[in-house]
Amino acid sequence: MLWDALTLQLGYNATLVTLGAMMLGVGAGATGTYLYLGKRALVSDAISHATLPGVVLGFMLMVALGGEGRFLPGLMLGAALSAGLGLLAVTWLTTHTRLHEDAAIGAVLSVFFGFGVVLLTVVQVMDAGRQAGLETFLLGATAGMLRDEALTIALGGAAVLALVRLLHRPMILVAFDPEYAVGQGMRLARVDLAMMGLALAITVTGLKVVGLVLIVALLIIPPVAARFWSERAGNVVVIAGIIGGLAGYLGAAVSATAPDLPTGPLIVLAAFALFVLSLLVAPGRGVLAASVRHMRFQRRVHLRQGLLALGAGQPVYEPLTLRLMRRAGLARADGVATEAGRAMAARARLDERRWQILRSDPAFEAAAARYDGLTPLEEVLTGDQIAALDRGLGPEGAV
Amino acid sequence: MGQDFVMLSLTPLLIGIAAAVACALPGNFLLLRRQALIGDAISHVVLPGIVAGFLVTGMVATGPMMLGAAAAALVAVILIETIRRLGRIEPGAAMGVVFTAMFAGGVLLLEQSAASGVHLDVQHALYGNLESLIWLDGYGWGALTDPAALAGLPPELGRMGAVLAFTALFVALLWRPFVMATFDEGFARAMGIPTAILGLALVAVAAVSAVAAFDAVGSIIVIAMFICPPASARLMTDRLGRQVAWSVVFATLSAVLGYVLAGYGPLWLGYDNAVSAAGMIATVSGVILGAAALWGPQRQSVSGAGATPQLSSPVE
Repeated sequence: MLWDALTLQLGYNATLVTLGAMMLGVGAGATGTYLYLGKRALVSDAISHATLPGVVLGFMLMVALGGEGRFLPGLMLGAALSAGLGLLAVTWLTTHTRLHEDAAIGAVLSVFFGFGVVLLTVVQVMDAGRQAGLETFLLGATAGMLRDEALTIALGGAAVLALVRLLHRPMILVAFDPEYAVGQGMRLARVDLAMMGLALAITVTGLKVVGLVLIVALLIIPPVAARFWSERAGNVVVIAGIIGGLAGYLGAAVSATAPDLPTGPLIVLAAFALFVLSLLVAPGRGVLAASVRHMRFQRRVHLRQGLLALGAGQPVYEPLTLRLMRRAGLARADGVATEAGRAMAARARLDERRWQILRSDPAFEAAAARYDGLTPLEEVLTGDQIAALDRGLGPEGAV
Repeated sequence: MGQDFVMLSLTPLLIGIAAAVACALPGNFLLLRRQALIGDAISHVVLPGIVAGFLVTGMVATGPMMLGAAAAALVAVILIETIRRLGRIEPGAAMGVVFTAMFAGGVLLLEQSAASGVHLDVQHALYGNLESLIWLDGYGWGALTDPAALAGLPPELGRMGAVLAFTALFVALLWRPFVMATFDEGFARAMGIPTAILGLALVAVAAVSAVAAFDAVGSIIVIAMFICPPASARLMTDRLGRQVAWSVVFATLSAVLGYVLAGYGPLWLGYDNAVSAAGMIATVSGVILGAAALWGPQRQSVSGAGATPQLSSPVE
């Protein structure tokens, strides 16, 4: 069953939903990256909650005009308008009052959401028969999704993606270094508006699938996960898109296998699983890579100190050092150096003495800054320089 | 009228006020410390805890569910901190990752439990059911002195009142250290105040308020009351003591006005069904914030940058 879902064998509708969710994930991951890099990830939380009054008002208006209340593009338009209003409110509160952005975000999201709930209760009474289904916008639902709706979502995701491609350079500049961007002649307010506008567009697109409470996860988790894999902003955008797409695909596919598996939460949990994976195994910034690096460093320090001790004719007692040296064939179990160990120890000792001279000579100040007790001098100086240094190297013990 | 009011409206009103004030009090400090969104995060992460508490005991009992909520809040704090440290991620994003994932887990658990025959719905968790906390034994104002009738008070009232008292006591007792740690953490540390523990204690108190209020009135009120009344109050005055007082006034006003508007507003407009009281309370608090942002005497910071908290006297 799961395999069927993952290979898109569960019928036409499930396939459409899965592909739509994937497209949505790609768009959301890529868009969210700019917000995350600009340290404004949580603004999307305000945007998503602020869609609720618009959805309900859109529904009421369409019913009042005698139409079908659940017409998705109409609801999306309403959502976009009220989310835009919420976004303006956040901006206005932060620029025109002393409140910080976090307070403005929290205020807007709770008030808009609360007002949306009020409207929701109005609808529930007003029109008991046709309102069923509006609640699905809270947590998303794909069961019984129509072909046109899935297509709308996929198209929305694709459109956002195209705009992201177009606006990448200004948005990344503004996210990283607003002052430099202004120096480059960019209109900060406009780029900001574009960035937030894209986040808004992807939020509205994703309402039906993921729901307004959780859509923010698709904008935050993939970029945070992607950041582990690369130090280059352009790559992070692409990787975040891939992670978001994968999450959308996996979540929607798994959810299609059983009726009581809600799509939105599954997509979010898939994204979270990918995040945990990235946190652990990503090279460079990942936890495993970092601990491997730390262990290697520890070993180098222990080995070096052991060699220096041997070179000074002292026995090695420290257990980890002894074990490392025995494994490298440099010492015997009782801590006495082997033939190879003595040779290595002499080299280490010479290296250390050269460093000492270098560090006491102001002429080598720049090179001395690279002293860390580990780097062999050969990596810092040329052969000629070392030869010059060696002329100052008196007989052992004279220093 | 009197009898209807006591039976149907008095207890929800009191519970609403207690919940609003209990959230607004710690909210003042969270706001100044730029941790305003912690209320939002807490109210999301408690969901899996509540569902787990329900699944373990198999019944809708408050004790285990609140224990579950507290445990979930604790897990969330640890997770956020771990992710922030291990991944070197900024706190806002770390919070976003954790609270959305935990909320998603909660919803999934909920749907699974709903499928197994017992029910507990997401809507209830989101916007509570303030209107249902009625006092069936409240036959009139006389019932307030009648022990038999008082025994029939909804348990949420006692719980919320106790939490409010606890929160108020906490803020009052630790007022000076809190003020110092909030405005000048370095100075507070130099004075020997354990600022890290104080910060954790604040979050813990906020969590207690949030969990209790969440149980009684749903998460919208929690998030709105943590932020809106303190934020409005912040635009009214430069002095912290007055800010806290204003926030209590605003929270009470939101609860009363919101409840009344939700219950009677539609009647005045000619509809015969009430709307969600929780939603209306949040809406009113937003209107108050809007008014404060437009006309509040201290709506703009003295420096004009809106950055640093200003205090006219060092410590009140």
